[in-house]
Amino acid sequence: MNARIVGAAREALIATAVAFGLFVLMVGLRTDVSPTGALFLRTRWPEVAGLCALVFVGRLILSLWNLREVRPPSLALGKLSAKAAIVFAPALLSAALVLPMVPGIGRYELDLGILVLTYVMLGWGLNIVVGLAGLLDLGYVAFYAVGAYSYALLAQYFGLSFWVCLPLAGILAAFWGVLLGFPVLRLRGDYLAIVTLAFGEIIRIVLLNWVELTGGPNGIGGIPRPSFFGLPFNMSGDPNSFAGFFGIEPNPVHRVIFLYYLILALALLTNWVSVRIRRQPIGRAWEALREDEIACRALGVNVTNTKLTAFALGAMFGGIAGAFFATRQGFISPESFTFIESAIILAIVVLGGLGSQIGVAVAALVMIGGFELFRDLEEWRMLVFGGAMVVIMVVRPRGLVGSRTPSVVLGTHRAGGADRVGEGRG
Amino acid sequence: MAYALQQLINGVSLGMIYGLIAVGYTMVYGIIGMINFAHGDVFMVGAFIALISVVLLMSGGLMDGPAALLLVLAISMAFTALYGWSVERIAYRPLRGSFRLAPLISAIGMSIVLQNFVQVSQGARVKPTEPLVTGGIEIMREGNFVVQLSNMQMLIIGSTLTVLAIFTWLVTKTSLGRAMRACEQDRRMASLLGIDTDRTISLTFVIGAALAAVAGTLYLFRYGVIDFYIGFLAGVKAFTAAVLGGIGSLPGAVLGGLLIGLIETFWSAYFSVQYKDVAAFSILVLVLIFLPTGLLGRQEVEKV
Repeated sequence: MNARIVGAAREALIATAVAFGLFVLMVGLRTDVSPTGALFLRTRWPEVAGLCALVFVGRLILSLWNLREVRPPSLALGKLSAKAAIVFAPALLSAALVLPMVPGIGRYELDLGILVLTYVMLGWGLNIVVGLAGLLDLGYVAFYAVGAYSYALLAQYFGLSFWVCLPLAGILAAFWGVLLGFPVLRLRGDYLAIVTLAFGEIIRIVLLNWVELTGGPNGIGGIPRPSFFGLPFNMSGDPNSFAGFFGIEPNPVHRVIFLYYLILALALLTNWVSVRIRRQPIGRAWEALREDEIACRALGVNVTNTKLTAFALGAMFGGIAGAFFATRQGFISPESFTFIESAIILAIVVLGGLGSQIGVAVAALVMIGGFELFRDLEEWRMLVFGGAMVVIMVVRPRGLVGSRTPSVVLGTHRAGGADRVGEGRG
Repeated sequence: MAYALQQLINGVSLGMIYGLIAVGYTMVYGIIGMINFAHGDVFMVGAFIALISVVLLMSGGLMDGPAALLLVLAISMAFTALYGWSVERIAYRPLRGSFRLAPLISAIGMSIVLQNFVQVSQGARVKPTEPLVTGGIEIMREGNFVVQLSNMQMLIIGSTLTVLAIFTWLVTKTSLGRAMRACEQDRRMASLLGIDTDRTISLTFVIGAALAAVAGTLYLFRYGVIDFYIGFLAGVKAFTAAVLGGIGSLPGAVLGGLLIGLIETFWSAYFSVQYKDVAAFSILVLVLIFLPTGLLGRQEVEKV
C-alpha cells in the first residue's frame, strides 16, 4: 500500500511539473495592451503556484481513487438502469408538461425551458442522421440556419404567417439536405464530416456577405411573433387577441407559455416520427446501413435513397426548429449559426448515447441547463462547458444512457449494451 | 503577369503555414484515425507562446537579430509540444479503443477548453505586435507594379522547408519514424512486435504540436495580430488541406496546404475577399466528389 502511495505521489509530482510548464508562460505572464498600443507583461506567479497546487492535489486524489479494486460493471446494474429508464421517460415528459403551471416558475425558467427543448429537438433531429443512419454530420446548424432564414425572409418579403412558414421552412431545409446529400453520398467517415462542416461554413459565410438579401452581419430584425392560431398575443385585450378571445387578463407571459408548449409539441413530434419510422422499412434500412453498408448493398437496400431520406428528414426537423428559433427571438443573424452550435448539438447526441431518444433529452438538459447554471462564471463558463464535455466522454464514452432497446425484435424486447450498437462509417 | 507572380508568392507563403498545421492533422489521423479538432487551437497556443516570449525578450532588450527569432521559435515549439502532449494524455488516451465518435467529441471539448483558457488567461482583446522582420528584395518591375519577395516570406518559406526536411528525415530514417509508420499500418501488430504504441502516439502529438507551433510563430511574425479565436479558422482550413491532399498522406498535407493557400490568395486577388473561404471549401467539395480519397490518398479497401 505504501508503495502505491509513493507511486501516486510520484505521478502527482510529474503532473505538477507538466502543469508548471503549461501555465508558467500562459498564466504567469499576461500580455496587455498599454494605452500607447504597445504590449507589456504583467506577472501572475501566485496564480501559477495555485494552479500547480491544484493539479498536484487533483492528480493525487485521482491516482489514489484509481488504485481501488476495479470491479467489472455488473449486468444487474445495467438492467436496473434499463428499468429506471422506463419510469424515467414518462416522468420527464410529465415534468415538462406541467412546468409552466408550477407556481414560482417565471419567465426566466420558461425561457430556459424553451432553450433546452430547442436543443432537445435539434438533438433528436440530428440523431436521425448520426444515431440511426450513422452519417457523421458536422454542419447540422446549416439546416437550422436555412429554416430560420426561410421564415424570416418569407415573412419579411411576402408577409407569410408563421404557421404557413413552419412547414415551408421544414421543406426548404429538407431540400437543402438532399442538395448536400447528393454530392457527398460517396464519401465515408471523416471525409463526410469535413464536407458537412464546410457546407455549414459556406452557408454561414453566404448569409454574412449577401447583405442585400439577408442584411449581412446586422441580421434580420422585426420577425413577426407567432400568433395563437391566428389570435395575436398583445396587451390590448380586444376580442381578436388571445387574451380578449378567451376573456382572460392580458399578460406577456402567455406568449412565453405558448412558445414553450409549441416547442414541446414540435420536439415530441420529432421524437414520435423518429420512433415510429425506426420500425418502418426505411428506418430499419438506416440502422442496417449504420451497422454494415456492404451487407446492406448485398441485400438490395437502395443506399442512395436511404442516405438521402436520412439527410432530408434530419434537415427538415432542423429547419422547423430554425423557424421556431426565428419567431422566438424576433431577430436572427449569422452569429447564431456558427460551428460551435453544430458541435454542441452533436455533443448532445453523442453524450446522450447515440440512437437513444431519452439520452438526447437528458444530455440536452444537462449540457444546456448546466451551462445556464454556471452563468455567474461569465467568461469561465465556456471553459467549464468544454471541460465537462471532455470529462463526460472520458468517464462514459458510450454516452449517459448506456443501453439500447432494439427497434425490431422477435419475441420479447430486451435492452442490450450500447457497445453492441454499430456507430456507422458513413 | 507581375500581379499574378506576386499573388503566387503570397499564396505559397500562406500555403506553407496551412501545410505545417495540416501535417499535424494528417499524422494524428494516420496513426489513430481521429480528427484532432483541438489541433487548430494548439496552433493558436503556439502563436500566443511566441507572442509572450517576444514581449519577454523585448522587455529584456534582447529582441534583435535572427538569433532572437530562432529563440522565440524554440521556446514556442517546446511549450506548445507540452500542450500537444497534455491534450493527448488527458482527452484522447483514456478513449483509446473506444468507439469512433467519443474522441471526436472530447477533441471538440478540448478545443473549447483551449480557446477559453487562452481567453481567460490572456484576455479576449486582439494582440498587436510591431513587425519583427521587415524589408525584402525586388524580383521584377512592371510599370509601377513591383513584385516583391519580402524577407518575412523568405523566412516563412525557408523555415517551413527546413522544418519539413527535418520532419521527413525523422519519419523515414529514424527508429521513431519507423515505429510511427508501423503504428499507422497496424497498431495491434506493432504493439505485438514490441513497439510502445502509447509512447509513439504521444510523440506523434508532440511532433504535430511542435510543427503547429512553427506555424503559429510564423503566423505571428507575418500578420502581427493574434487573438484567441484564430485557431478555429486556421484549423478548419488546415484540415481541409489535409483532406484535400488525402488524409493520412504526409506529402499530401503539404500539397493540400499549398493549394488551399493559392486558391485563397488568387480568389481574393481576382474575385472577392469575402468569399475566399467559400472558394476554398467549394474546391474541397468538388475534389472530394471526383476523388473521394483526396489527391494523394490511398484508396480504402473495404473488406467484409
